[in-house]
Amino acid sequence: MKLYDKGIIMAGIAAFVLLATVPLWYGGAGKSSPPELSLDTPAIRELGEKRCVDDTAVMRSRHVQILTAWRDEAVRKGNRTYTASDGRRFEASLSGTCLKCHSNKEQFCDRCHDYVGVKPDCFRCHIAPGEVQK
Amino acid sequence: MTSNRREFLKMAGASALLLLVPAVLPPVRAAEKPASPGSAARQPLKAGHWAMAVDLMKCSADCTDCIAACHQAHNVPALGNPKDEVKWIWREPFPAVFPGETHAWSGESLRKMRPPVLCNHCANPPCVRVCPTGATFQRPDGIVVMDYHRCIGCKICLAACPYGARSINFRDPRPFIPKLNPDYPTRTKGVIEKCNFCEERLARGLKPACVEACRRKALVFGDVEDPRSEIRLLLETRFALRRRANLGTLPQVYYLL
Repeated sequence: MKLYDKGIIMAGIAAFVLLATVPLWYGGAGKSSPPELSLDTPAIRELGEKRCVDDTAVMRSRHVQILTAWRDEAVRKGNRTYTASDGRRFEASLSGTCLKCHSNKEQFCDRCHDYVGVKPDCFRCHIAPGEVQK
Repeated sequence: MTSNRREFLKMAGASALLLLVPAVLPPVRAAEKPASPGSAARQPLKAGHWAMAVDLMKCSADCTDCIAACHQAHNVPALGNPKDEVKWIWREPFPAVFPGETHAWSGESLRKMRPPVLCNHCANPPCVRVCPTGATFQRPDGIVVMDYHRCIGCKICLAACPYGARSINFRDPRPFIPKLNPDYPTRTKGVIEKCNFCEERLARGLKPACVEACRRKALVFGDVEDPRSEIRLLLETRFALRRRANLGTLPQVYYLL
């Protein structure tokens, strides 16, 4: 079988591959680094042991599931107390517990969510600290 | 072992002392309190079945304290036009609240009355039956609540409620909230809302905002399953109307005459 206009076709394929992979070689894979999350808030500075409701690794990977469980327990079952794996007890509340410590939503929540491109809609209803003066 | 009267009395005394031990122990257990900074200071208010009584003899037609307190506590928007209106508690003329209880010759005092109306927290709630997502549901203590997270804004509950107690947010309510209360979430466009008998306050051991705001103590909130509660006493001694009770929804807001 003979391929007519071999040069043009091959050049076209090469140009296509080059164009299609622009994001991979132009942006420079691995150039961006994960955002630095700020833990510097007045409430966290006052904590003796700087520990969230669970280990940092667990919070990083499972905070969505924890918040969903809190939401369902509080809203559907009226159970507003969460017992952590180490036995400490917390009020299951996004604005009342999470954001009391992490009062810097822009430097904590938003930085990472912007980086990974997720848009949680928690704060379309729940009110972030600093949004209004009490 | 031989026992005489003296030994028997000693044993009886010791046994009686043992019975007292559980009464001493609870204070030790009470020490374990929730550890978080936002933990509730008061014990939650609990009931077998919550209900409200509105004393129409005490309620004055021109007062709006309960409405203002409720709408401030729950971030209810003031949209300023009746078509989009969102309301949790409001006033209606007596003939509109009790269409079956008035007639052409009803006295002026009755016709001029404007009772406060709110969600009746029906014991047999039609809104709960029709909700396709389970966003509105009845708690074991009788309160009919909205889970805003699950509401898809289909408005079937709006049609099902015979009291017009439900409102939908036709537009984003945030810009129309006069003073944001950071302790309660707002809603978004396309979400239904209504009175929740202040379940978020009950969880913190507080009575509903409207009940607390009423200067004339015309609103009484309590457990109708508790025969010694204030509301039960009122219902036993006073004549009470319920809105459109013939529909079988078993409304739990009682209007005392």
